[in-house]
Amino acid sequence: MALLNELAKKKEGLVNGHRLCPGCTHSVIMRQVLAAADTDKYDIVVAAATGCFEVSSGLYPYTSWNIPWIHNAFENAASTISGVEAMYRLWKKKGRTDKDVRFIALASDGGTYDIGLQALSGAIERGHRFLYICNDNNAYQNTGNQRSSATPFGASTTTSPNGTVLQGKSQPKKDIMSVLEGHHMQYLAQASPSNWRDLMNKVKKALDVDGPTYLNVIEPCTTGWGFPQNKSIEIAQLAVDTCVWPLYEIEEGKVKINYKPKNKLPVEEYLKPQKRFAHLFKKGNEHLIEEFQKQTDRHWEWLLKREESGVSY
Amino acid sequence: MGKKVALTGNEAAAHAIRQINPDVVAAFPITPSTPIPQNVAQFIADGEMDTELVTVESEHSAMSACVGAAAAGGRVMTATSANGYALMWEILYIASGSRLPIVMAVAARALSAPLNIHGDHSDIMGGRDTGWIQLIAENSQETYDNLIQAIKIAENKDVMTPALGAFDGFNISHAIEIWELEDDNKVKEFVGEYTPLYPLLNTKEPVTHGAWAPPDWYFEHKMNQLEGLLNAKDVVVKVGKEFGSAFGREYGLYEAYKMDDAEYVIVAMGSVCGTTKDVVDSLRENGVKAGLLKIRLFRPFPYKELADALSSAKAVAVLDRVSPAGAQGGALFTEIRSALYDANSRPPVINYTYGLGGRDTQPQHINSVYDKLKTIAETGKVDKQFDCLNLRGTWG
Amino acid sequence: MSEKLLNWDEVLIGGAIKDPGNSKSYETGSWRVERPVWNPESCIQCMFCWVYCPDSSILVDENGKMSGIDYDHCKGCGICVEQCPTKPKSLAMLLEADAKGKSEEDLRKEVFSK
Repeated sequence: MALLNELAKKKEGLVNGHRLCPGCTHSVIMRQVLAAADTDKYDIVVAAATGCFEVSSGLYPYTSWNIPWIHNAFENAASTISGVEAMYRLWKKKGRTDKDVRFIALASDGGTYDIGLQALSGAIERGHRFLYICNDNNAYQNTGNQRSSATPFGASTTTSPNGTVLQGKSQPKKDIMSVLEGHHMQYLAQASPSNWRDLMNKVKKALDVDGPTYLNVIEPCTTGWGFPQNKSIEIAQLAVDTCVWPLYEIEEGKVKINYKPKNKLPVEEYLKPQKRFAHLFKKGNEHLIEEFQKQTDRHWEWLLKREESGVSY
Repeated sequence: MGKKVALTGNEAAAHAIRQINPDVVAAFPITPSTPIPQNVAQFIADGEMDTELVTVESEHSAMSACVGAAAAGGRVMTATSANGYALMWEILYIASGSRLPIVMAVAARALSAPLNIHGDHSDIMGGRDTGWIQLIAENSQETYDNLIQAIKIAENKDVMTPALGAFDGFNISHAIEIWELEDDNKVKEFVGEYTPLYPLLNTKEPVTHGAWAPPDWYFEHKMNQLEGLLNAKDVVVKVGKEFGSAFGREYGLYEAYKMDDAEYVIVAMGSVCGTTKDVVDSLRENGVKAGLLKIRLFRPFPYKELADALSSAKAVAVLDRVSPAGAQGGALFTEIRSALYDANSRPPVINYTYGLGGRDTQPQHINSVYDKLKTIAETGKVDKQFDCLNLRGTWG
Repeated sequence: MSEKLLNWDEVLIGGAIKDPGNSKSYETGSWRVERPVWNPESCIQCMFCWVYCPDSSILVDENGKMSGIDYDHCKGCGICVEQCPTKPKSLAMLLEADAKGKSEEDLRKEVFSK
């Protein structure tokens, strides 16, 4: 990976003037993605699902994109990019272009874990060459923080609110990586914008795979999660250091954990600064934090065992 | 030179697609249009066309991939029916709003519930306001001819609007008829090359497709879109003439069958027109001034031309192969009645729903409509504005 | 910021935008309540501020080095300050109201001489 000074010289594929909230990490992630892409070698075309990032970066008559970009609907980023990529394959087949073009589909957890899951599964199974990036902000943030299947256990959202009888979301978060792993794709990984070097390495690797790849990225949301706008990267880092958001990759079925915190922090460190978890710290709700810790540990230990086993397809 | 073939309507559609050889076809099987993607897949497997076939996991993804491929710069086609068309519904608007000239074959079919796989117009009439051009065929020949013309109509620079070529499920899609399959090269020459406006794959000039338009822009975009759709009317006529010169079968906005002096007129579209023509012929033999106004272009609706075509009518019956669903009448009826409101002569207009879910419509049923029209014309009284053909029990 | 509102027959068909990156003309700097002020003297050019900035508002010179802040677009989130690794920090937040009418040089002195 080049030094940041080198990457900073590149023309940016995403420019400012977009209307994302101050401190939003959608654009941080995308800037890192496009910085990592080897754009001297190939061009990038993006298909975006409806969501915060899409409405903020493509608001007629403005676009924040310096690269070809298409938005179709909420649930179909993967099928849209399938069509674009099929067209590219045809151009290649007929010798109508000698350009190397690579494709990125971009969605958040709503468009990935939930409404877009079918389209994503289909596109991966068909073997289109594209990198699907899910900026996971743990809820439907564009419509105002409604729970999704990516919302973590205990989080209070507008449709899983904390109340006198219920204490936020009662179900655990969907393990989308395991869902997608069942497609036996060559490469999928989980990353965080706090760990930019790791994220960039994964993007480069994924874009070089001749087939579908997937990147699950934590996307801290200042408004939905309830933390000060200057803390976005810190929150992402805490998710990594508590192993709530492990950084790992699965290459041909083989798990590799890219970062093992020397001092694995208790989940409270991650939960405490966020308003959506505030009720967990009320007297009498200790068992909810214990449950959160249990779910986190269970997944982390399972990952460690997977890595240790060294099994692959 | 073309050759006579005995093939189904689905095969007619599939051969049109083969000869057009679009860049991308993204499709999902659904009865009764399933044989279209099947045939296309076989043509590709046999090297008879080199289209990229995207075998999507749903019709929603079919239309989504079509939008992606068309925005990328491709000539794109698909096929569907009924529930599949309904599942596409959200993206049909996006295709037309994005001005992507996708062409779709629709084997028109009933919508659930109850589940029914047979022909009627519930799907295409439900989607009549999705901003697509809608051409409706009477038989296999027209199915084939319409799809070829639809490419030129949709891609016309003043139009740039997606188009569907519909034909009745089973009545046409699965019926073997004799029709003329034109020479491959002649068809290719007729449709010509397609030059996209702002292809995504032109990475040198990056374009943004699908930005959202706030209240101070959306309205202007929608009216801009409407103009493209309305422009299709003249282009349909122009392309219909060109098709006539190239292949000997000329097309217009509608077909006026024995309409010159017709007093009793049925307005209809689709396969029922074949039956109706037979009935008109026998009535004419008996001196009854019967006529048929067959709708070819339903969207944009050529209301003025159709009102003119009905100027000699003393009584009109509109046949709708769809439930009125709570409106004053079926989709075609409300359009025709509205078109006649500004006409100099305003004949009485009645409406029949027929053929839902594949129910047969036979000459006797059509005869009963003409009998009714004669009575109305003679008495000047309409006792029943809406009725059903071949329904058990009395309606209304 | 006023954009030219076009008539229905003047817009590009299909709502396409053929002016890549034109949102640069939309200045989100007006949203700012606080602004980051940069101290080039203690800056070690790690570029963390650049890699974490949501609004591409860390200005970069031809050598890829941080050369200032794009106040036309910086929304004042303060991530750059939080992520600045030098001790003391080479970036600090200042209320916009307190920055009015002052040159960048004066602001630097005011913030970093304390």
